[in-house]
Amino acid sequence: MPYIPHTPDEVQEMLAVIGVRSVEDLFADIPANMRSRQLDLPKGRSESAVCAHLEQLAAQNRVDGISFLGAGYYAHDIPKAVDALAGRSEFYTAYTPYQAECSQGTLQAIFEFQTAVSRLVELDCANASVYDGGTALFEAAMMAVRIAKRRTLVVDEAVNPFWRAMLATYTANLDIEIRTVGQRDGVSDKDALMAAVDEHCAAVIVQNPNFFGVVDDYSPIFERARGCKALGIISVYPVLQSVLKTPGEMGADVAVAEGQSLGQPLSFGGPYLGLMACRKEHVRQFPGRIVGRSTDVEGKTGYVLTLQAREQHIRRAKATSNICSNQALCALRALLHMALLGPEGLMRTAENNMALTRYAVKRLTALPGVSLCNSAPYGSEVALRLPLPAATLVQAAMAQGVLPGYPLGKTYAGMEHVLLLSCTEVNDHGQVDRLAETLGGLL
Amino acid sequence: MNTIFAASVPGRRAWTVNSQAPRATDMLPAGLLRANPPRLPQCSELDVVRHYTRLSQMNYHVDANFYPLGSCTMKYNPKFMEYVAQLPGFARLHPLLAQLDGRAAQGALHVLYEIEQLLCELTGMKAFTLQPMAGANGEFTGVTLMAAYHKAKGRQRNIMLIPDAAHGTNPASASLAGFTVVNLESRDGMVNPEAVAKAVQEHGEQVAGLMMTCPNTLGLMETQLPRIVEALRAVDALLYYDGANMNAIMGKMRVGDAGFDVVHLNVHKTFGTPHGGGGPGAGPVGVSEKLLPFLPLPRVRRMEDGTFALIEDAPQSVGHIGPFYGSFGVIIKALAYILRLGGEGLTRASEHAVLNANYLKKRLEDVLEIPFKERHCAHEFVASAPDGLRALDIAKALLERGIHAPTVYFPLIVHECLMPEPTETESKQTLDSFVQAMRDIVDTGRTNPEALHEAPTRLPVRRLDETSAARHMVLTEDMS
Repeated sequence: MPYIPHTPDEVQEMLAVIGVRSVEDLFADIPANMRSRQLDLPKGRSESAVCAHLEQLAAQNRVDGISFLGAGYYAHDIPKAVDALAGRSEFYTAYTPYQAECSQGTLQAIFEFQTAVSRLVELDCANASVYDGGTALFEAAMMAVRIAKRRTLVVDEAVNPFWRAMLATYTANLDIEIRTVGQRDGVSDKDALMAAVDEHCAAVIVQNPNFFGVVDDYSPIFERARGCKALGIISVYPVLQSVLKTPGEMGADVAVAEGQSLGQPLSFGGPYLGLMACRKEHVRQFPGRIVGRSTDVEGKTGYVLTLQAREQHIRRAKATSNICSNQALCALRALLHMALLGPEGLMRTAENNMALTRYAVKRLTALPGVSLCNSAPYGSEVALRLPLPAATLVQAAMAQGVLPGYPLGKTYAGMEHVLLLSCTEVNDHGQVDRLAETLGGLL
Repeated sequence: MNTIFAASVPGRRAWTVNSQAPRATDMLPAGLLRANPPRLPQCSELDVVRHYTRLSQMNYHVDANFYPLGSCTMKYNPKFMEYVAQLPGFARLHPLLAQLDGRAAQGALHVLYEIEQLLCELTGMKAFTLQPMAGANGEFTGVTLMAAYHKAKGRQRNIMLIPDAAHGTNPASASLAGFTVVNLESRDGMVNPEAVAKAVQEHGEQVAGLMMTCPNTLGLMETQLPRIVEALRAVDALLYYDGANMNAIMGKMRVGDAGFDVVHLNVHKTFGTPHGGGGPGAGPVGVSEKLLPFLPLPRVRRMEDGTFALIEDAPQSVGHIGPFYGSFGVIIKALAYILRLGGEGLTRASEHAVLNANYLKKRLEDVLEIPFKERHCAHEFVASAPDGLRALDIAKALLERGIHAPTVYFPLIVHECLMPEPTETESKQTLDSFVQAMRDIVDTGRTNPEALHEAPTRLPVRRLDETSAARHMVLTEDMS
């Protein structure tokens, strides 16, 4: 049997020590009417047979075409050293660092991750990560509910719609009111956001760039929130954050992000990681694991899980969150990605992708009936209005090996003719030309 | 050891972007840009490789150390599983592609469908959602489904019964889903059916359900389960199965047949996917017939022509628990594991997990204080540090000997608790050397307790000051 070491003789010796005749005797406590019939599962297969089966399934997925699909989740180049280091079993076959003395590798890596995330968004501290960006958004909202002791959230409609759907599910049984403030042609309606923030709301939640790729400055809204003793929460895109005005500079209280763009493969939706950073005064309301620096009995520097009095294993029903694990290996990959790219690598990636997006806009808006959806500044993703339904165009272009982007009508009513197009460093000018030619033939 | 930030040299680079792009200042107004570049490390590739290679060497891990961390199922993670998850056809697949054109992601949808069928047969449940991204996320999903069930019947049920020995995530998840938790006291190391009956009598129509871990966190099978199921059924309350201890019952008990309505599995425990230093995991949730209409969206369906499609049309669904289809990269590994072992192999895994735990328990009977000694344990057991010794000291002394400590101080109802879970992949020789180490440590503790307080002395650090870490809060390089 695979992965089981005992020989039949050893099994007999062990049964004799225990004082039973057969392994089956050890299961005698299972109530008789609850015993399982024999499982109707396939027979075990060889390693190579399982690999062949999954290789065949993997080959059925189309990943070789040209793609401008982003919508919050981006194909980026990942240095191979990320795979090599995160692929060390010293990291991936360990568990949560409960025993600090034999887990300094994991603990120090998380401390460095917390530092890198804090510096990226210019807030005081970060936690060790949560499951994904949507979870981070919900957990940040719950931090605000506890801190402000209020139950209303003001949410910009231009925040990632997949996460807003999660927020609705997670708050459904919690007596929390969500006031969604509509966007206009993909631009966040800052006047309406200002008007919606009052002394009854726990937080205002925005995103930069927003889901439509629009870059903005939310400082006035966070100032208004502060005046109302509400929190300012912002979701960011880590790659572009290397050049964009930071949550710290804008006066946000909590920043969250989907960390996928930092060293994680797209992998059909996961595993990813949610980044969370906040001002120091809010840290005791953080969910999940946090690592702190300390000293040992000889005064030597070391790292430990800290502020555990917030957590479920101690506080149970009164914990800040039910989250037990963090996404340690994903956090390690994000840290390695940032350490290898460095500030210049991350900034040049952002600038390259913004420039390529501008080239795509130039090429596509030259086509008949294609225009920018709005005139707001944008980053590396942009909303384009088309002369026909975007979903129709996407289907037709895919048949020619080019995926032009995300048809926004899928998540925003009334935007059936709008395409969300993203460029990253995996695209180049030649691909954009090919996109323009393909769309030119279809319009 | 210094941090990677200390190794930073201004202007040093590991990664270059060959781009003619202008700077951000030429593309966006200055008011939208950050004033200073992010203070990330500036290192060569070798700087980074050497730093993290050295850091990795400061970890105990399953590939080098016996890691009998109770409740966490630290079994060996077969290497081929890493290979299949990294296949480009999976790793490069954008999650939204399946929603734009299902034909472009048939292989991935097939993976989701196939593992769902296998999990249903293994557990006796009717359907699974793979969306929950970890065990606790699965718990939240499960209790949210329970809330939806009662709500659909037009009733307000706000009480969740939870045994005192439960994992802390149970009450935290129930509370997050809006439930009030009522604690059930254990008797003889098990859920007391009379306490359940009493709670049902007292709260009756307000009881939404009971969350059970079975075998429980003391490593004991719940022999009174049929009575408990009956008491809950009488008021149409639902029974939740916490799959943390699933590694004890594969092929021996199907939770669906036993009367559970909802179950979460921890694939990183039961199906050998790596724990990753704390994640990522995955927490699929299975349901009985009653809860089918409430499952999260989207679902995967096999169409008449044999192709797979995503279904979004389910008016009673609780909605979206994750952005897409769960921790897909982890789910592939779990599928590979299940296919490799087959039904017989999974059954054998549970048999040997239980065999190893009982062997270890028996051999430690004269070393540690073991409650419920007269009973067989499941895949793990609890013990108390003997003779006034502290569980913490024993744990640290084990580290000194190259062995990861068992879980300590959980469950809370056991004095100076140590909870070893050997798993099926460990050999008799490893178990014997653990027993010998434990015997040496306890002998040392009896004659020279100071020596135990000192441990560990040969690891990268000695015992750390956790109190001052919480008080002074140095959480980044910039806080001090």
